[in-house]
Formats: sequence, C-alpha cells, structure tokens
Amino acid sequence: MAKLAPHGAVPLGDCAVNVEFSKTLDLEVNYAVQRLAAMVHGRALPWVRDVVPALGGLAIHFDPDHADVHGDAMSAALNAVSECLKQGLPKIDQVARTVEVPVCYEAEFAPDLTEVAATAKVTPDEAVALHAGSEFRVLMIGFAPGHAYMGGLSPKLAVPRRAAPRPIVPAGSVAIANDQTVVYPYAISGGWNIIGRTPLAVFDAEREEPSLFAAGDRVRFKPISRAEFLKQSK
Amino acid sequence: MTIRVLRPGLLMTVQDLGRHGHQHVGLCPGGAMDPISLTLANALVGNEPGAAALEITVLGPDLEFTRDTLIALVGAEFESDIPLNRPVLVAAGSHVSISRAARGARGYLACAGGIAVPEVLGSRSTYIPGAFGGLEGRVLKRADVLPLAENAEQLSRERYEQLKNKRATSVRWSVPPFTVPDREPIVLHAIDGEHFADFDANMQRVFYDTVWRVTPDSNRMGYRLGGPALARAKTDEILSGPTALGSVQVPANGVPIALMADHQTTGGYPRIAEIASADVPRLAQIAPGGTVHFARCGLDMAAELRNDMRNRLQTVLRGIAWEYGK
Repeated sequence: MAKLAPHGAVPLGDCAVNVEFSKTLDLEVNYAVQRLAAMVHGRALPWVRDVVPALGGLAIHFDPDHADVHGDAMSAALNAVSECLKQGLPKIDQVARTVEVPVCYEAEFAPDLTEVAATAKVTPDEAVALHAGSEFRVLMIGFAPGHAYMGGLSPKLAVPRRAAPRPIVPAGSVAIANDQTVVYPYAISGGWNIIGRTPLAVFDAEREEPSLFAAGDRVRFKPISRAEFLKQSK
Repeated sequence: MTIRVLRPGLLMTVQDLGRHGHQHVGLCPGGAMDPISLTLANALVGNEPGAAALEITVLGPDLEFTRDTLIALVGAEFESDIPLNRPVLVAAGSHVSISRAARGARGYLACAGGIAVPEVLGSRSTYIPGAFGGLEGRVLKRADVLPLAENAEQLSRERYEQLKNKRATSVRWSVPPFTVPDREPIVLHAIDGEHFADFDANMQRVFYDTVWRVTPDSNRMGYRLGGPALARAKTDEILSGPTALGSVQVPANGVPIALMADHQTTGGYPRIAEIASADVPRLAQIAPGGTVHFARCGLDMAAELRNDMRNRLQTVLRGIAWEYGK
C-alpha cells in the first residue's frame, strides 16, 4: 500500500472531526485506519472523548473547551493523527485478536439458509461449510452497540439483502448479505439473510469488555449442535 | 429512601451526563437530551452536574416521596403543583403532580444526592435500545420505586438549611431555563456537513429557507424534520462513516434526521449539516409539532455560541452557589 495519507478532514460539528483516507471500501486502508485509531486512542489525550474507526476513516470526538487543549481542538486532533502516522503504524499481529464464535446452523435458527443455498447453487451443508470455513475480519462497528460488519465472506455465498426486512431478528442471529456477515446484538429489525445463531452475548454492558467484537478483529465461526447451543445459552 | 411512581407520564427515564469512551464499539454517549437543564437542576439541590435525575418528556408524572426530599424541576414549563426552576423541600409522604409542558419538551427533576441506581459503564443513564442503565434499562412505569442516596433526607435538610432567602418549602428566586424556546421556529446554527456540496444550490437553499416541523416519530435517537423532501444530486453510494450528536442526515426518502443523544455512531446516509453543539440542547426542548429553521454558520460562530452558553451557565451556577452561602 502507498503511504497512508488523509485526503480530507471534515468537521463533524464543533466537537468532532472525521479524518478520511478513502471514500470507497479499500481493505488495506480499512485495516490501516483501525491500527491508526488504536494508536490515537492509546495516546489517552485527556480532551479526546472517543476515537471511532469507520470503513474509510476515523472520527475523533473531543471536548473543544478542555483546559488541556492549547489552541483549537480540531487542529490538535489532526496533529495527533499526523504524529501517529509519522511514528508508523503498529504491525497487524500486534493488535489483531481472533474471536471464535460458536454458531448453531440448524433450521430452527437459520430461516434463510435453504434459500441462500438455493440461490448460491450449493447444498445447505456446503453453505455452512463455506461460512464456517472462512476467516472474517471486522471492518467496522456501527448501527447498534457491538454490531460488527465483517468482510471475508466467500463470493459463492454472495446473496443480496432480503427484499423486505424482518421487523424483529432474534439477538445472536448470524446473517449474510453481499460480501459481508453480521451478528445481531439485540432483537432488532434487519434485512440480512439469517443462516444461524450464536449463544454468545454480542454486547453485554455488565461484562468487563462489553463488546464481543472490536474493529480489526479476525473472526471464525464454529458450528455447534442445537444441544450445545442450548447448553451455552444457559 | 425512595421515590414511588404513581403515574409515569409520557416518557420518563433516569439520565445523567452520559457515558463517553465507548463509541468505538458502537455505543453512543447518551445521557440527558438537555444537559444544561440537568446541570441547573443538580446545582439547585446542591449536587454535582453529573448526578442522575429524572428526565421527563412532554407529559409529566405523579410521584410520591417517602421522606423529606430537596428537589428541583428545571427545563420545560410544566404545569405542576411545585414551583419550577428552584429548590423545593417536599415533605415525607407528599405527592408531586407534574402534568403538561406548556412550553419546551423536557424537564429534569433532581433530588439531593441523586437517583441511586447502579452505574453501568460509568453512567446511570438509561439506554433504552440496549436495555441497560437507569432502572432496569427501561422507561419508568407505574409502581416503580426509585432508590435515592441513603443519606438523602439528611442531605436535603442540611442543604435547605444553608439556603439564604427561603420561605416555608421553597425560595423567592428561580433560575432562567435558557434552553427553552420563547417562540418558534427556533434558530439552529449549523455547519456545512460533509455531503453539503452533494446537494445542488436549489436544495441547499431549501434546507436553509424551510421552517421544519419536528415529526411525532422523533425520539431520543433522532428528530425527524417534516418539510419538503431533500434530494441529493449525486446518486453514488456513500461509504458508512462516523456520525456525531447533531449530525443532520438525509436518507433516501428526503426527510432529514437530526441525531440526538442516543444516536447511532456510524451511518451511511449523506450528512447535509452538523448542528452547533450549543444549539443541540435547545433542539431537545422542541416537542413534536414544534418548528425549527437552520442558520448557516462556521466553526468560529459555533465556538462563540458555546462560549456564550457556558458563560450564561457559569453566571447562574455562581448565583446558586451564592444562595447556598458559598
């Protein structure tokens, strides 16, 4: 990859700035953005409230009137970014975790698996093997707490979103659309194709690390039986 | 010591100043929709600005106080049997009835010592979509019992004792609720959003010329603004990017949405504008059916508005401290 350089810094109001690196989804840029965000976050600047990596850039949310800001906060935020870039980003392996997610792909939890398999011209078992056999990477967290957009889906399983979203998708549902997969953290409405369900809590505010996923994580899905699912759901 | 909910009103939740530092995992800061009024309510009962209070929306509750409690209701002009915007000592066993907001949309009822629900991720704020914080992560309902600080009765009496100019159960003065509108439409100052230039000159003009009406499906996540549909000239897909409190998004149906306290942290809709942070609490005081319009501004102006709001708040806080003999 060419040297990572921001092509724009756009104010997100007067308390945040969006530093953009790409206006299209570029996986290398995405990964670099995540490492950069971790690095900026690691500086623990007292006036910075949040560092949020997205698909092609990151937002820095700040308190513009904090006593430790000298001059204007937006320039200070951009300075922090350029200093990190100058210093060089950490190696991928120093930051990426691998998260293993148990998934029950049985019919009870996978209302769209048969249709997805038919569209992809494979058997449901083959569809499961394709999903569970791939390594995914969290491209961004958004939409709801812990809701991770993961890239790495086999092109063979690339199916569009459902024409009509379901009003309620059960929490823990594992779903696919286009080239991505998601795990629904809460029972919310959604239009992705549901092919399984995990017994894990995707977001638990009482847990030390509330979110199961972080941007940049590697993710693998491991098939489990219905009995195992029920056991793990406690 | 507790408060019992006899009638919950329209939408009452426990809120404080929110939880920062979790937006990277998709959790917005949340907290009071109008943090200025919350800060004032807390100051009036001698609390720190971030103590947890009741956020009351449009139609207020009936509450029963089990012990003597020093309270203050600040924000929207609610019809109520307690005087607004000042400290009030309510006696053990008494009922407080808060009905319709004649002006404004949100009131903050603070109690000496704060509402003592447990902290979740560093805050007592109710986050309704995630069902955590506040009381069981939900909107308050009839027969709920809200815990107060153990020493709340003692705190209430001591603090009321400190006040200089008081009558039997309240004082002769009040604070100005300066986020509540005198008249509508209110002016919201807005900085051009990242995708402002994607809208043609005519649409840009429409955005700034229209008096927008807050629609009934507006909530703590976002305010939908009814008016002419805004069409973006460009049709290419926008890569999902970060959003902020006060971002104004325009989805495909052309109805702008202003992101409020419980907003999503990222979004794929074009952002036409970003509301100046000083004006967001004023927007929070607009009830459904209320009207707003936008005035284009730059970052300098936004900073000036912020300083102005902060100075006015500091002046009032100093006045309250003086009344407490500090």
